[in-house]
Amino acid sequence: MKNFPNLFLAWMVVWAVFFVYEVSVARRIARLREEIERLKRQLRGD
Amino acid sequence: MKLRLVAAFAASLLIIFAGYAALFIAPEERTMHEIQRIFCFHLASWITSFTAFFIAFVANIAYLATRRAKWDSLGVAGAEVGVACCTIGLITGPLWARPVWGIWWTWDARLTTTFILWLLYISYLLLRGLLEDPQRRATLSAIFGVFAFLDVPLVYMANRLWRTQHPQPVILGSAGSGLDPLMGKVLLVCVIAAFGIMALVFVDRYHLEQLRREAEELRQEVESRAFESESSSKKDRT
Repeated sequence: MKNFPNLFLAWMVVWAVFFVYEVSVARRIARLREEIERLKRQLRGD
Repeated sequence: MKLRLVAAFAASLLIIFAGYAALFIAPEERTMHEIQRIFCFHLASWITSFTAFFIAFVANIAYLATRRAKWDSLGVAGAEVGVACCTIGLITGPLWARPVWGIWWTWDARLTTTFILWLLYISYLLLRGLLEDPQRRATLSAIFGVFAFLDVPLVYMANRLWRTQHPQPVILGSAGSGLDPLMGKVLLVCVIAAFGIMALVFVDRYHLEQLRREAEELRQEVESRAFESESSSKKDRT
């Protein structure tokens, strides 16, 4: 296959974009969960 | 959590199979040969992108009509997932174009309107980051989101209305257009895989927005309590 690198790269782009995006969303969720816990503790007066 | 892991595993398997089907099972096209197989990833990314933008558009209108926060969360989830899918389309397109056209990019009507679409939704997300007041942010971004979606039908119609370097549509196109049945099946697998992954990230992004709202409310409560205790201590001193 002459253009196999381009084809394979296109498939990897699909993976990479979804993977990077999902990791970024998961990290933001984790950060927010920590912040919510901290704020709840603050409100309880711990 | 267990269900989410199973869904993520199933979607990953599906996308691996879709990749294998597009690279090795799909038939070779007569003029472009094997590079035409990029079409499976390229078109699937545009279908999911337009779907996500449509969900954002409906959510934006629903927010303006009802002012309920869940529509704002759905709107931003749709816009962000749409931008991710649109980015895939904008990268896979040039990877296909270079061996076929001899150039990575050209400013024809289809490509230009698509690039504008990407910029519009990036602007939508930036606008949200600039506004601090939650209600003002939701209202202004919903208005901007409705305006941004107007470019979607323009992108879809661009290669039907004007002469473009981008090929004429093969699905729902003019007489004589169409797909080889096997290529159609492979494309369907790719579209289902893309929808599977899109649904997973969409659910997570919506959940993220709900958490952001909860954090904002808690922050306001902490601030108002701090203000109350400060003003009562001032009163005690006087």
